[in-house]
Amino acid sequence: MSKVITMIIKRLGLGILTLLLLSLLIFLSVEALPGDLAETILGQQATPENVAAIRKELGLDLPAYTRYINWLGGILQGDFGNSLALKKPISGLIAPRLQNTLFLTLYTACIAVPLALMLGMVASLFRNSFFDRISNTTALSAISMPEFFVGYVMIYFFALSGYFPSMANINPNTPFFDKLYLCFLPAVTLTLVVTAHMMRMTRAAIINVLALPYIEMANLKGVKPRRIIVHHALPNAVAPIVNVVALNLAYLVTGVVIVEIVFVFPGLGQLMVDGVKFRDVPVVQATALIFATAYVGLNLLADIISTITNPRLMRQR
Amino acid sequence: MSNSDKHDISTEVSDKETQQKAKSLQASFMSGKINRRDFVATSMALGVSLAGATAVVSEVEAATPKQGGRLRIGITGGATSDVLDPGKILDAYMINVSMGQVRPNMTKINVDGSAGGDLAESWEPSNGAKTWKFNLRKGVEFHNGKTMDSTDVADSIRYHTIEANGSGGSGVVSGIASIKEDGKDAVIIELNEGNGDLPILLSDYHLNICPSKGDGNIDWESGIGAGAYTLEEHEPGVRTLTKKFANYYNTGNEGYFDEIETLGISDPTARLAALSTGAVDAINNVPQKTASRLKSMANVKTLISTGNKQATMPMLCDIDPYTDQNVRNAMKHIVDREELLDKIFFGYGELGNDSPVGPANYFRATTDELPQRQYDPEKAKYYLKQAGMSSLSVKFHAADTGFTGAVDAGALMRESAKAAGIDIEVVREPNDGYWSNVWMVKPWSACYWSGRPTEDWIFSQIYYSKADWNDTHWNNSGFDKLLVEARAETDEAKRRDMYVEMQRIVHTDGGLILPAFLSEIMGYRTNISVPGKIANNWELDGHLCSRRWWRA
Repeated sequence: MSKVITMIIKRLGLGILTLLLLSLLIFLSVEALPGDLAETILGQQATPENVAAIRKELGLDLPAYTRYINWLGGILQGDFGNSLALKKPISGLIAPRLQNTLFLTLYTACIAVPLALMLGMVASLFRNSFFDRISNTTALSAISMPEFFVGYVMIYFFALSGYFPSMANINPNTPFFDKLYLCFLPAVTLTLVVTAHMMRMTRAAIINVLALPYIEMANLKGVKPRRIIVHHALPNAVAPIVNVVALNLAYLVTGVVIVEIVFVFPGLGQLMVDGVKFRDVPVVQATALIFATAYVGLNLLADIISTITNPRLMRQR
Repeated sequence: MSNSDKHDISTEVSDKETQQKAKSLQASFMSGKINRRDFVATSMALGVSLAGATAVVSEVEAATPKQGGRLRIGITGGATSDVLDPGKILDAYMINVSMGQVRPNMTKINVDGSAGGDLAESWEPSNGAKTWKFNLRKGVEFHNGKTMDSTDVADSIRYHTIEANGSGGSGVVSGIASIKEDGKDAVIIELNEGNGDLPILLSDYHLNICPSKGDGNIDWESGIGAGAYTLEEHEPGVRTLTKKFANYYNTGNEGYFDEIETLGISDPTARLAALSTGAVDAINNVPQKTASRLKSMANVKTLISTGNKQATMPMLCDIDPYTDQNVRNAMKHIVDREELLDKIFFGYGELGNDSPVGPANYFRATTDELPQRQYDPEKAKYYLKQAGMSSLSVKFHAADTGFTGAVDAGALMRESAKAAGIDIEVVREPNDGYWSNVWMVKPWSACYWSGRPTEDWIFSQIYYSKADWNDTHWNNSGFDKLLVEARAETDEAKRRDMYVEMQRIVHTDGGLILPAFLSEIMGYRTNISVPGKIANNWELDGHLCSRRWWRA
């Protein structure tokens, strides 16, 4: 067990270092974008005097490194700073958006993960059968289509006919079951996008394990195929599956901007895109940091689970 | 609805006398002199069909605004970074919410394009349009119960003149030397030089009237105004809910809805889907490509208004080869405007004539005064020859940010220019940073302007030689002189002559190619009633849809 704890500590340290480097990278890339908030707000009305006035007011006239250090100092004290455009604390801006994004992620995960695992297991059980081919083809077709297209197809079939709303514009006061109803189409769209990856990995991992001698032993013993897969093969195939699930969950947190726009869903992605558009650097930094944390955190979790489920890694010789 | 669309019951009867009776019967019903029951009974006695009589009834009832209900607007231009600061208002979402619903201005643009009073009731210019007295409407109440007075108005306008506030409306008020209270119910505005357009300028979407804090500053943070609706919930760029304000000064005559829900929907397909499924009642900014989809939707109507929004292709007159007026003229003749209007803008618009004064302007030159410029490669060749050239190679820098379809427009021009021996290379530029890196930087680029309600405004903002956004780098002293003279001219006929002359100068000498004025395409559901004539200064009935429309 101590090995796991050392690993966690080591990985946590590395994770924080990654985040730090990332924050610098994000800061530099936003700096490298042409124009700043002052020019964006004023648009075609940007006279030098007006731009200078806004820059001064927002502290954009300070040198870049000063702004970066100030921001980093704030983060270390748990203060994300103020949005330049709104002049309000970013935490208040992000909290409802993060809540929405997490809700959609969990909602999708609750549909997609069991579905993918089930399909993967059944496909491995009946590999090369008609069912296997059909589920593979369907899942691969779904993943091959761009998300916005899947979204539009969903709207065309399920929203225009009046079964589900085309807009998932939830707000903090929306009751839970209304949220489930409003977010159904985006959740299904995302499910179609992420299922194939997880299902294929489950199938591959199990088939991989099925080729091992101990499975042959079980077969010779006369254990039923279903039992072999669930009790013998699956536990030993957990590591790659968990990793791929983590990767897909992280994708759901960070990569759903397009689905958010198609379904008018007020999530974090939209906030970040607006942040970039208006050069609202602190907002971009904060959202990017959250995304990075989700990636690092979920990958760490996946590693821990795959270590714990692997006796060879758990027990030292 | 024009008169020709209306049902006329007199066409159903044959003899002249009965026709007369039917006509006067319909007139007295439409003017409210007799009630519906009497109208139907009498017209049937005259031999009119029940269907005919009911058609008139429903037309009349549809034209009589009803109180109540909710209007849900799916609108573009919302962003999470939207603030309530009137000086920072950028786009449709906040213009509609702030000016249209919550915080009206001193003046507004009427449906016919003239300036009308809103929180100001009347005005008198004096001293060659340099001094203006605005009489404020009495007894106007803010949403917090405070009565509006001259201090609120003066502070609200002054706010935009203070440099530190960084207001986007600073250009509009730059001509104001001072604004003073004149008792409780009037303000006096002194201008640096005469300007007959001041009432129109004051309708600019930045110049919302907010309550004064008493120390010279205004309270914009609370979103309190004197508008028909009060701000209830506001999630920037996402959703805004406003409710009917009981003490609104013009209750009964406008602002019929109980509630307005404004939803930011940036994706055009999502907007169409929302309208089609009835999740919203009205949408703006329907792309020309998908406008035909609206027609096929059940319970949805298309609304089109062509105002001053214009696609432009500015040439920088201080960079070769555009320093030569002949080259500019050659370029203006190789653009096939009809083809561009037809193929790039899908016919939703009006031909442009290389002058920025458009359909929503009062002194726009007629085609008699300024004949429509046509595609003419022979003329282009002639002008090239005048410039001492036999052929010419130029680059056209474009991105969809400039105007939608700008790159494709470049490709079409490339083809049409070949006949004149002009070779156009179309350079596709990135959308991001377009306004800083391409527009006003590259010698020939694509651009658009939402247009300005007055000739003086658009000329002073873009075509005056010292203007900040002189995006053609054009310098014509004769034009500059006329601009100042026309501004202070109070004789309308003389003023018109001057503006027509200025349009002619831009048309023949300027660096502007203006292929088309672009229509605003909107859609609304049939559960909403929209008056027959709508304003064209902004989309959504001049953004006053929540005041002017009602629930059917």
